[in-house]
Amino acid sequence: MDHLFEFLLRQGDNALVLGHRTSEWCGVAPALEEDIALANTALDLIGQTQLWLGYAAEVEGKGRSANDLAYLRDVYDFRNALMLEVPNNDFGRTLMRQFLFDAFQVPWLTALSASSDERVAGIAAKSLKEATYHLERSSETVIALGDGTDESNRRMQDALDYLWPYAGELFGQDATDQAMQDAGVAPVPASMRSVWDTQIEQTLSAACLSRPDTSFAHSGGCNGSRHTEHLGHMLAVMQTLQRSYPGAVW
Amino acid sequence: MSNEWPLWEIFIRGQHGMSHRHVGSLHAADAEHAMKNARDVYTRRNEGVSIWVVEAEKITASSPSAKGPMYDPSRGKVYRHPTFYDIPDDVGKM
Repeated sequence: MDHLFEFLLRQGDNALVLGHRTSEWCGVAPALEEDIALANTALDLIGQTQLWLGYAAEVEGKGRSANDLAYLRDVYDFRNALMLEVPNNDFGRTLMRQFLFDAFQVPWLTALSASSDERVAGIAAKSLKEATYHLERSSETVIALGDGTDESNRRMQDALDYLWPYAGELFGQDATDQAMQDAGVAPVPASMRSVWDTQIEQTLSAACLSRPDTSFAHSGGCNGSRHTEHLGHMLAVMQTLQRSYPGAVW
Repeated sequence: MSNEWPLWEIFIRGQHGMSHRHVGSLHAADAEHAMKNARDVYTRRNEGVSIWVVEAEKITASSPSAKGPMYDPSRGKVYRHPTFYDIPDDVGKM
């Protein structure tokens, strides 16, 4: 197994799957302004996907493109964290997930900006500006809704309770992670935990939300061993055009 | 109590512009939120380098029905335009 290819798939698939989920709000968000903001976020993530998967395809060296990787792989080939593939549910859960992910991405992309691999460092530096804005927006929304009405507080706490067991998967430490650390490409994701914890603690306390009292963490997304039942449905929608009209272009 | 967020007027200074121009309005819960919404709604095609947001109800506007007394008296007073001067050549472009 090529660890660099695997690592790049993880970065690209995280961005792709969350980007697609976020795009599902287009046209149906609770306010016009939020609708456009979510569409912008989705487009940022899809843009990052093109860079990560484009590089992954080069590293793989089998003549596949970023589009091939996005549209012609099946569930078991995806390497995204499970938290990013579960359905949006309501606006609250969508923003809570965005926040939990952004709070990881900012320190993570900061670390990757110093990667020994120039391409990784370049993609990370570009993505970091977007992630920094996403984090500002998602953390403020989590605080506004958590510290809002009784109903918005309840919904945000429900969202947090639901997502929490999925968040732990972001902090992996497997053979690929180790190989990337040894090569100076990236630190192991597990080393992001304390800075993530601090950010989470601050935001949740300002949002009047309580951190769930469990350290249980689902896994299986980042290594492709076991995705949730939701990813297949999502891919069916996302990939239908390329599957129905192979090779279709604009 | 209204469930609508208050209305904000958005002003943006473009890449080469000297002044902020009114570009439109949007709804937001507070000034910070209005700033972020303005960024997302009005600068997504790289239009701006600076944003002002002003709560619409804080703006005092002239009344359309007072148009006559407000603006008609300034009509026909061409001498208020500095167009009767010959500009010496060595002044260059004005």
